[in-house]
Amino acid sequence: MQGENRPIIEISNVSKHFGDKTVLDHVHLSIKKGEFVTILGPSGCGKTTLLRLIAGFHAASEGEIRIAGEEVNRIPPYKRPVNTVFQKYALFPHLNVYDNIAFGLKLKKMAQPDMEKKVKAALKMVGMTDYEYRDVDSLSGGQQQRVAIARAIVNEPEVLLLDEPLAALDLKMRKDMQMELKEMHRRLGITFVYVTHDQEEALTLSDTIVVMSEGKIQQIGTPTDIYNEPINSFVADFIGESNILNGTMVDDGEVIFCRHHFECVDKGFGKNVPVDVVVRPEDVYIFPVSDAAQLTGVVQSCIFKGVHYEMTVLCDDYEIMVQDYHAFEVGQEVGLLVKPFDIHIMHKERTCNTFEGVLKDDCHVEFLGCKFECLPVQGQAPDTPVTVEVDFDRIVLQDDAGDGMLTGEVKFILYKGDHYHLTVLSDWDENVFVDTNDVWDDGDQVGITIPKEAIRLKFV
Amino acid sequence: MVKRMLSQAYLWLLLIMLYAPILIIVVFSFTESKVLGNWTGFSWKLYSSLFHTGAHHSLVNACLNTVAIALIAATVSTLLGSFAAIGIHHLRGGERKAVEFVNTIPILNGDIITGISLFLLFVSLGITQGFTTVVLAHITFCTPYVVLCVLPRLRQMNPNLYEAALDLGATPLQALRKVILPEMRPGMISGFLLSLTLSVDDFAVTVFTIGNQGLETLSTYIYADARKGGLTPELRPLSAIVFVVILVLLICMNRRDGKNKQLTR
Repeated sequence: MQGENRPIIEISNVSKHFGDKTVLDHVHLSIKKGEFVTILGPSGCGKTTLLRLIAGFHAASEGEIRIAGEEVNRIPPYKRPVNTVFQKYALFPHLNVYDNIAFGLKLKKMAQPDMEKKVKAALKMVGMTDYEYRDVDSLSGGQQQRVAIARAIVNEPEVLLLDEPLAALDLKMRKDMQMELKEMHRRLGITFVYVTHDQEEALTLSDTIVVMSEGKIQQIGTPTDIYNEPINSFVADFIGESNILNGTMVDDGEVIFCRHHFECVDKGFGKNVPVDVVVRPEDVYIFPVSDAAQLTGVVQSCIFKGVHYEMTVLCDDYEIMVQDYHAFEVGQEVGLLVKPFDIHIMHKERTCNTFEGVLKDDCHVEFLGCKFECLPVQGQAPDTPVTVEVDFDRIVLQDDAGDGMLTGEVKFILYKGDHYHLTVLSDWDENVFVDTNDVWDDGDQVGITIPKEAIRLKFV
Repeated sequence: MVKRMLSQAYLWLLLIMLYAPILIIVVFSFTESKVLGNWTGFSWKLYSSLFHTGAHHSLVNACLNTVAIALIAATVSTLLGSFAAIGIHHLRGGERKAVEFVNTIPILNGDIITGISLFLLFVSLGITQGFTTVVLAHITFCTPYVVLCVLPRLRQMNPNLYEAALDLGATPLQALRKVILPEMRPGMISGFLLSLTLSVDDFAVTVFTIGNQGLETLSTYIYADARKGGLTPELRPLSAIVFVVILVLLICMNRRDGKNKQLTR
């Protein structure tokens, strides 16, 4: 049959702006029929907005959304073949369980006997038989969520949208519901689009994971792909625990990090190229110092995590996180080893800050919405456009936002073993990347100062 | 022990102070004396003369007018206020604060000011004052109270309810009728009852908008009557009846509330 392999949902080039804030930035995504797709990302990354665009509660600012081959940009939510399960259940408090579930069927003017059969089947599906005439307020959180799921699936949608449906439940209940959702997906055979910020939930449930950050899709892949082959440091940091370190790719199959040469399996990066290296803590072997050790270090901390111990080992200046079934005492000297296959190399997105600016006079340049002093330049007319480069470690951050030349908010913090790599969103909505040894928190307001020696100008 | 007796005594004193005037009216409605406070023996005469056509026909008429005005004004302002509340609820932060502020002005504003300004408005528009203008005036000052009663219900409501209804296939109108209105109903009922009492009670606004076509409401009738010299004795049984009706209404409402709570818990 034609269109059998056609994606059930196609999102092409979709952006969404709220005022002058861009929540989704040119998103492309296609979802196959019957898939369990999870949209994963930290809060504020646009994942819920994307789901609401599919449901029809928001209209896309640009781009096109197709459901089952039909363009739905202008189709209101009540005519779309999708149903939603909301985070806070959103059951109708004035109706009992039966009437809540029958709500959609009544609107379709379904005959009474059919309706009763369907409602009973839906209740059975979510394990809530005999609850028909209960008041929804008398149910526990988990039971309410089951009713909400039943209310959605009873309409037999092509796609079930789930907006963090388990976020309000306690851990034990959440685990049980995860298994039930997976089983439900198997039995119903319809497409599930699931939004969550919980990476473990995403890895457990999904066929495909879509990792989002700041309105952009970072990576799409199976849980194993995403875990083993993260495409950039954001994904590596967000999914699971990881050591992310600066390294240099010497040649195919050879990388330097922590001042040591390692054999690896990645190829095609070129020679002497700066890269990010990801090593999962469970892939680091730890043992008493011996000749087999690639790195030696001293155990800084050791925490029992239930199944394993999590230890921090200081090798030279680099802290490396290690997970092992055996505990090593704090202060003990240990050897570490990483096998070539367990080293994952990622392209660096950037090696220094690059800004578009304008030269104002011989020793001033304007970029990031501010005028900075720079080293004197000769023979350039004022108002010449210029590309400004600043190394990550030359930017100074100040506690008191008033002390800096401009201010910004710390958006994302990545620990690189011996320093922190911060993403700071400046007042003018440009990202400034900073390497620092100081500890900052997400959301800190900071002053940003760039010394004149740090500013490199490149004329086009 | 002494402390408990004292607190009991305080409570009873308070209750007596609150209810003595009403009790006195009720007690003295069962006697024929023209002057309040003179007990001339038990009699139903005032009650029977109240409902006999004749001298006191205008009193019953005023009473009926009051009820009619109150019912119309309360119904219309409940509808207006509820829809306004939905609109206000969906405004963004700054705009919403502004509109809510504008909504509280008529509540805090003195009745006299409202009355005079409405009077001037009707005169300047050349509208003959009478039943219609009184109803319009009452709708004007009741609507903000309905908005105040309904808004908290909307705030308590799960913000996804409307979307959930749309999602399940309801058109915006169906979602409003089947989901939002049932959620708002308690607020609407209290808004309606509040409007009803405000309208029945009102004198200041009514007196400015009632015109001189001979229309009387209870409050203007009593005022005119008192000025003529002494209150008509028939006011006593009338007050007693109004009081009992309201008491019964209140008891019914409380019963219903209690039952609803038992059902949901």
